Amino acid sequence: MKYVDEYRDPKIALNVAGEIARKVTQPWVLMEVCGGQTHTLMRYGIDELLPPQVELVHGPGCPVCVTPLEVVDRAIRIASLPHVILVSYGDMLRVPGSQSDLFQAKARGADVRVAYSPIDALRIARENPHREVVFFGVGFETTAPANAMAVWQAKRECLANFSMIVSHVLVPPAMRMILGSKSNRVQGFIAPGHVCTVMGFGEYEELVSDFRVPMVVGGFEPLDLLEAISMLVSQLEEGRAEVENQYARSVNREGNVTAQNLMREVFEVTDRKWRGIGAIADSGYRLRAAYAGFDAEKRFGMADLNAEEPPECISALVLQGLKKPVDCPAFGKRCTPMKPLGAPMVSAEGACAAYYQYKRHD
Amino acid sequence: MKESFQPLLHSRGSECVTEPRASASGSAVTPFSCPAPLAAVERIVLGHGSGGRLSAELLRDVFLPMFSNPVLDRLEDQAYLEIGGVRVAFTTDSFVVNPLFFPGGDIGSLAVHGTINDLAMGGARPLYISAGFILEEGLDMEVLRRATASMAAAARSAGVAIVTGDTKVVEKGKGDGLFINTTGIGIVPEGVCLSASNARPGDRVILSGSIGDHGIAIMATRDGLEFETAIVSDSAALHTLVDEMLCVSKTDIRCMRDPTRGGVASALNEIAAQSGVKIQIEEGQIPVRDEVKGACELLGLDPLYVANEGKLLAVVSPEAADVILLSMRRHPLGRDAAIIGTVGEKRAGLVTMRTPFGSTRIVDMLAGDQLPRIC
Repeated sequence: MKYVDEYRDPKIALNVAGEIARKVTQPWVLMEVCGGQTHTLMRYGIDELLPPQVELVHGPGCPVCVTPLEVVDRAIRIASLPHVILVSYGDMLRVPGSQSDLFQAKARGADVRVAYSPIDALRIARENPHREVVFFGVGFETTAPANAMAVWQAKRECLANFSMIVSHVLVPPAMRMILGSKSNRVQGFIAPGHVCTVMGFGEYEELVSDFRVPMVVGGFEPLDLLEAISMLVSQLEEGRAEVENQYARSVNREGNVTAQNLMREVFEVTDRKWRGIGAIADSGYRLRAAYAGFDAEKRFGMADLNAEEPPECISALVLQGLKKPVDCPAFGKRCTPMKPLGAPMVSAEGACAAYYQYKRHD
Repeated sequence: MKESFQPLLHSRGSECVTEPRASASGSAVTPFSCPAPLAAVERIVLGHGSGGRLSAELLRDVFLPMFSNPVLDRLEDQAYLEIGGVRVAFTTDSFVVNPLFFPGGDIGSLAVHGTINDLAMGGARPLYISAGFILEEGLDMEVLRRATASMAAAARSAGVAIVTGDTKVVEKGKGDGLFINTTGIGIVPEGVCLSASNARPGDRVILSGSIGDHGIAIMATRDGLEFETAIVSDSAALHTLVDEMLCVSKTDIRCMRDPTRGGVASALNEIAAQSGVKIQIEEGQIPVRDEVKGACELLGLDPLYVANEGKLLAVVSPEAADVILLSMRRHPLGRDAAIIGTVGEKRAGLVTMRTPFGSTRIVDMLAGDQLPRIC
């Protein structure tokens, strides 16, 4: 397939891996931030091509994984209301809340529908004027523009039966939290290519100057990741710390300004709780006051519902790169994709699910 | 608003406390943690119909304990019966596809092809089919006429006769327009005995053509996920292709499966588990159309798990693999057939895939359906 196969060429991949092996002189711990990158690394076995000095740990960039338990609980409760149609991205349906998941809610009669875009939820709202249509708006800066657009459009159309559960999270504050932690091991980051397509990489330059840690904005294909790793190893070996852009075919420094303006119009920055990790200051979006009428949690009175994480799940440590999924005693035994203890075992982008699917050698 | 939910929350909470499976696993799981939400409430979810692990659990935990007998316990796509000295293959399948009409086919042709293929995977020559219709009140008569016309055409062109049937009508809202059940019987030729438990180390795995066409064609038309594509379903009757293969050798073909829901990955996992072997496939050898690859990239799906309705997987002896492959390639439905893998050592039910990068990954059976991902 054109524009994809070029980035999956095994010969070039082996060459780049060889180049990395030749220039590495000491151990380095690198983190790929985005779950999509984790998935590619596992699916193609990129980690097996790397020299032993290069250790990859997996970051918090799986939107399904970091959505807090109580937000899933609230979505289930809202979906269970008789007049509600809950519209969600597909992979949120199997994420366990504290008691149940959206698939189970659907089996109990809730009207839960999968869509690929929040704009589809607007169409459903127009077609069902006597039902409340709620979109489950999760994700990082990547999905935020489309979700902002849906709310903006709903306001323009006075679509009163539409609302959104907004649980957006932002990447740079999470990276700052990891870098500021005493137990941090990460010496270089592959920054998330899709997030930077929207936001640009100016924010990452601040992190680099604050923590003197090299960053390379990376893509999602095997060669993208190998090249990003190679660029990081060069920076580390040469003692440099700067932001470099490997994913230049999609990312520039400014990002998508139109999308950013729309996001700023609809959302404002707020503190956000991350599943497993806890609250991080200024790490998410909520609807601005002008759009607060579209806030589903307020509309249905769910904002105060809270829940506790299963204590056995070590997802917090996994999402901060402090543990590997296989270090968890429950991995593959009490926690499987059939019966996930925590969200990283649910989504295809979750580190635990990626290990379970591709790396489990019984 | 919040008040009305209190009792619900409480009752689910107490189910959680007494939830037996978590403690049965031997771990000290506190009631507070309630780690197994799916086990806590036993209800049918859509994943039970996915052809993945949940489907297998349903079979194992509900149906088999009740119905177990030597014929059923073979767990093939069809039952082999001996009636009056004649070996008969017998199968049934229900069709609940949405939308009813899709690029490359419709529920009528699918209901004929699906049942023919279940017979053909046992090496049987399909003869007769029954048709059971569950119609929802309010269904447009024209829809029913179109579906049955397509069914008749598919049966005629496959050389099978629809010889008996049944009709039920359910109230509006109790069905999805039209459901069709078909049951088929066929004759198993002398010397043919195919079974998913026959795969042996050294055998080769043949796939009859490109994968994922049906599933992606359906998904492209489904509410909420519509996208423009030229992909059409591969829905087709495979019995004449199977005839060609059996002409080459009856004994060198160990088993055949049509990788429908759950895709190639699930079918291979079933064969590996039933034969107690490891199967290794080569990613580079598996034919996938560019359009299907593109749609899968976009939706975050793996074509190995996407449904097919006109493809077969065959496990064959290493000696006969090349000849069988050639015979398949001469048939229009096997033109793109390829040897995609090898049966490895005795090892319970593991399927692995070598990537073009030389690394190996596990090809697991999914819990339920693949879910389009967020970004």
